[in-house]
This record gives sequence, structure tokens and C-alpha cells, in this order.
Amino acid sequence: MSIETISLSGRKKEVSNKKMTFAESLYLIAIAKGLWITLKHLFTRSVTIKYPEQTRELSPVYRGQHMLMRDDEGRERCTACGLCALSCPAEAITMKAEERKPEEKHLYREEKYASIYEINMLRCIFCGLCEEACPKQAIYLTTSRVMVKSSSNREDFIYGKEKLVMPLDMAIRNTQMQTAN
Amino acid sequence: MDQAIIIEKGIFIVVIFAITMLFAMYETLAERKIAAWFQDRVGPNRAGKGGILQPLADGLKLFSKEEFFPNTENRFLFIAGPAISMTTALMTSAVIPWGDKLTLFGRDVILQATDINIGMLYVFGVLSVGVYGIMIGGWASNNKFSLMGAMRASSQMISYEVAMGLAIICLVMMTGTLSLGEIAAGQHGWRWNVLYQPVGFIIFLVCSFAETNRTPFDLAECEAELIGGYHTEYSSMKMGFYLFAEYASMFISSTILAVLYFGAYNYPGMDWVESVAGANIANIIGIFVLFAKICFFIFFYMWVRWTIPRFRYDQLMKLGWKMLIPLAIANIIVTGIIILLADQNL
Repeated sequence: MSIETISLSGRKKEVSNKKMTFAESLYLIAIAKGLWITLKHLFTRSVTIKYPEQTRELSPVYRGQHMLMRDDEGRERCTACGLCALSCPAEAITMKAEERKPEEKHLYREEKYASIYEINMLRCIFCGLCEEACPKQAIYLTTSRVMVKSSSNREDFIYGKEKLVMPLDMAIRNTQMQTAN
Repeated sequence: MDQAIIIEKGIFIVVIFAITMLFAMYETLAERKIAAWFQDRVGPNRAGKGGILQPLADGLKLFSKEEFFPNTENRFLFIAGPAISMTTALMTSAVIPWGDKLTLFGRDVILQATDINIGMLYVFGVLSVGVYGIMIGGWASNNKFSLMGAMRASSQMISYEVAMGLAIICLVMMTGTLSLGEIAAGQHGWRWNVLYQPVGFIIFLVCSFAETNRTPFDLAECEAELIGGYHTEYSSMKMGFYLFAEYASMFISSTILAVLYFGAYNYPGMDWVESVAGANIANIIGIFVLFAKICFFIFFYMWVRWTIPRFRYDQLMKLGWKMLIPLAIANIIVTGIIILLADQNL
């Protein structure tokens, strides 16, 4: 068997350049075949997902919006070690560390905390390496279905602590659930 | 002439004009919807329920666009182009029989603006003038792409008019009249011309695609080669007029196809309906039947558009001159022989 005759997919077709007959050159049969194919598509279901009303099914290991966690006393876990920024392949994370003052003990768990913590959502690729790198289990990628909101201003995509830190009432609810268990 | 007939015809013309415009408007939506369905998509569905207000939104958008004039000395012709296109697209509807007569307030209302005895020639004449809209627009744009598109359009339309005329000759030989009203009335019940003239119908169909500059013969606006063809330089509502004229002429040409070959307002069993419910009811059903046929042909235009890719220019000319014209002439000869044999048998 020569190499020209092998067809692994079984769909191989010889391309021929022969002259068309009169019937073929009227294109009518070919057009009728084409019309039949498009007619079948008229009755197939559309594959469109009407986005704001419907959302695509997400996978169970889906990684969504980041969240900076609080511990069970409502204190921020992050200690601004910078390992997440170091591990980030997209260089999306920046932060500024600050020393905790004695009166801020109820706000921050460690003696050092991040006074500024920013993720550039235009750079982030949602790989989850920050989550893996974090020694304090402070940053997590949630399964939240909220996508990054569109904006006409680049600055709006740099998410600061006000958007990233877990809301207090959510921390309170978590703690209540844990104590109940 | 009494005053009543002027009022009657006046109302009738306004109604036909409104219907043509409404059809042209909603054809734009239908085209996008049908294109979407053929491609397994949804189509425009945001303006109104199921996109029902989309044509209004489109019109509003076109009106609010900047009116751009290219650097041309023929400003008058530049404006005249879309106007001629639109006028010729609307003029044909004057001779179309939209239905049989109705009896209203003791008067016989004939549902045809005017039944001139050379209706068919009138249709051809107006179709030929349609070339000028495109040609003048392309010429006055002062742009070589526009001019090339216009040249293509005019040569294509002139070439296909020949085959179209030859296809019609068979019909005229059979029916013995050029009046559209008589041709429509002659197809009573099931005696539709398409059953006697299938080849002529196919030739006429292909030619009407070419005459309306629709895919697969839309070389005049071939965006891959000519940017936008004859309407490259047009913007705002002048552009809208060209597009609108295309849809209006699509409606009219669907009507002509239905009237000439698919039995116009005739439907099987119309005699029975007339005997049961009276002539008026039968004729009103006839009007709806005609519009159903028109809708089918409009759908067919769109169906073909989203199936077949554009012809190459030499393929187009070859199809017109070397395939359709010999076929049409052969059809004339065969029709003539059959008519002769049928006459001798009687």
C-alpha cells in the first residue's frame, strides 16, 4: 500500500480538477444539497449562552475571585510575607507591609500585616499559585460566580483590600457556624 | 372618472406602499434572525421581545449617523443614486395583482393599482432602470472601488435580464397575454405556471437573484474585494436607503415570482370556499395566500444567501451567458413544439 492511498480517518478524498459536465456547471444539484444541510441546521438547537440571564456551567475545581481570609476571631490572616507575590507568574500582586501597633491586636493576627494589598485583575490568570504559596492560609480563590466587572478605566481593575478582604459579617457567620458544630 | 375611484386607488396605493415598507423593514430583522438560526445562533433579541423593535433601532441609528459627502463634483448624482434605487424598488408594485376583486359598499374593488396590458414589460422596464441607481451612485462616489462595484452590478444585471426575458417569453407563449392581472387569473386553483414551466421558473429564479444583487450574485458589494462596492462612500440614511431598497426589491421580486409562477392569489379549493362562504371571503383568503407565498420566497432568498458562497465574476458571466441563455432558448423551442402539438390535437 503506497502512502497516497492510506486514509487513517477514512474521510480522505481525492481532489480532482476534471471539467464539469453541463448539469454540474448549472450547480443546481450542489445547491440543493447545500440547502438541505442548512435546513437541517435551522432546526438544531442554538449553542448560544445568553450571558447575563444564563451563565456557563462552572467546573467543580473552578477558581474565581480572590479573598483575603479572616481567622475565627475576625482578624486578617495575612502577614505580608510576599510569598504570593513571589509565586505569582503574572506579577499581579503587590503589597506593602506594616508593623502592627498594640491597639490593632484585634485586627491583625500576626505582628506584621499588609497595609496595601493589590491584585491587578488584568494581569491575574487565576492559576491559584498564590493560594498554594501562602503559609498563613490567608489568600484563597473562591468559587464565586462573580466575574471581574467590565470597566472603561484600567485603574478599576486593580483590586485593593476593600474588595479582597473577607467581609466582617461573613467572618462572623463562619465563626457562629463553627461554634455551633 | 368618478371621484370614488380616485379615493379608492389612493387608499390602495398608500396601503401597498405601507405594506412594502413594513415588509422591507422586517426583512432586515428576518435576515439577521434567519442567518442566526442557520448558524445555530440566537440572533438579535434585545430590542423588544424577540428583537421585534430591532429595525426601529437600526433606523434610528442610521438617522443619527454623520452625513458624509466624498470630495466629488457630482453631489446631485450622489444624492440621486439611493433615491433612484428606492424609487425603482417601489415602482414595480403598481402593476402587481394583490388579490381578486372585493365587493365593498356595493363597489367592485380591484386589488391592483393599475392593470396595464403590458404589465410584464413595465416590470422589466422598471427593473432595468434599477441599474441606474447603483451605477449613478457608484459613479458619483468618485472612488474606484465604488465604480468597479457599479460596473459589475450593471454588467451582471444587463446579462441576466436577457435570460430572464427569454424565460418569460415561454410564459407569454403559454398564456398569450402580458397583463399580470390576466396571468394571475389564468392560474385558477391548481393550474400554477410552475407546473407547466419548471425550467422557466428555475431560470427566472436564478435571474431574480442576480437582478436583486443578492448572494450568490452580490458581486457589486463584494466586501472582500471591493470594500463595500457601490455604497462604499455612503453613510447615514443614504446608506440606509440603498440597503432598504435592496430589501424592498427583494419583496417585490418575491411577489413577481409568486404572481408569475406560483399562482398569485390562487389556491386549491378556492371554488369550494367561494360556494360556501361567498366571493369576498374566498378572495380575502387569496390575499393571505399570496402573502404566504411571498414570505416563502423571501425566506428562500435568505436561505440561499446563507448557504451558497459568492460566485467568482467569470463564473457568474459563464452561468448567465453560457448556461442560462441556451437553456432558456431550448425551453422556448420545446414550449413552442408542445403548444403546436396541443393545438393540433384539439
